[in-house]
Amino acid sequence: MTITADLAIPNLRIGRFNLRSRLVTGTGKYPDAQTMQAALLESGCDAVTVAVRRERLVNADGRSLLDDLDLDRLTILPNTAGCFTAEDAVRVARLGRELLDQLDNPGKHWVKLEVLGDQTTLLPDPVGTLEACRELVADGFDVLCYSSDDPIMAVRLRDAGATSVMPAGSPIGSGRGISNPAAIRIILELLKDPAHGGDPDYPVIVDAGVGTPSDITIAMELGADGVLLNTGIAHAKNPVAMAKAMRLACDAGWLGFRAGRIPKRLYATASSPWEGVISHIPGE
Amino acid sequence: MGFEPYHDRMQITVNGIPRDTPVESTVSTLLDLLELTGRPCAVEVNREIVRKADHQNHRLAANDVVEVVSLVGGG
Repeated sequence: MTITADLAIPNLRIGRFNLRSRLVTGTGKYPDAQTMQAALLESGCDAVTVAVRRERLVNADGRSLLDDLDLDRLTILPNTAGCFTAEDAVRVARLGRELLDQLDNPGKHWVKLEVLGDQTTLLPDPVGTLEACRELVADGFDVLCYSSDDPIMAVRLRDAGATSVMPAGSPIGSGRGISNPAAIRIILELLKDPAHGGDPDYPVIVDAGVGTPSDITIAMELGADGVLLNTGIAHAKNPVAMAKAMRLACDAGWLGFRAGRIPKRLYATASSPWEGVISHIPGE
Repeated sequence: MGFEPYHDRMQITVNGIPRDTPVESTVSTLLDLLELTGRPCAVEVNREIVRKADHQNHRLAANDVVEVVSLVGGG
């Protein structure tokens, strides 16, 4: 058996990015900066999402998120959260790029595209997402597209040039995990399986809905390349412990998927041999 | 000679809020007034990004709509 070499989890390649961690974590909703910093470390992530917002023109001497992130180590992934039109999302993506250019952070080359339908469901607006994706791809971005778990939409986004499609496990912040594993599986087959015109190296990241570590394991066991989450860590009672649990769950799922699970059977199959059982009467 | 008040000021909108600023202000002048000099922030004037290298040269005009943004925690 040559097992050892297979135990190393390879880097996650997304366009021009090469990440050691298959978890990408958010930076929102933490109780305080120290907790966020400790949780980011425990999560093992080397890319973090951030939002682009208007400067608060009062109290401008307040602490900035940028003071609390290790910009030498982390690649910043700016999102377009809060945008409800393709036009706004494109503007926000460009503003994020300008900021990261000033910081000389490699994150200036990519964006997590969100074009949302409404404030209650936070479900993506597929039409606006596709429109913004096309425009941002043409503008040179590596576009990571937040999407619903609709397989056809995922294909459309891939065809529009999205660097990665990121289907939601369940609605943002809902903690409901992977509500439609079959849809995620179909997305993975259509985008990654050559038999369906897919590319095994095309990165599919499950984004949103993670509530607990097993949700990540399930996503990874389905064959996802990575998972993006925020609330599941930031709002846990102990975000630092949860961050570590999420990291372990991600590794477990990745290894589990590739190790090749046993088929499910209706009936039991004994683990111990029948031969030599003491009640056995030879010849019977 | 003299000049009438306000002739040396003009109105613009910054982050959705109307304010005035000296005529001939540049983006750099505005960031100074906002006490944001030296902090990373991206600036959009009338929906077009003004790159940091151009902050000093980009002259604002009356009724310009300016957005000044930074990064905050998000998912």
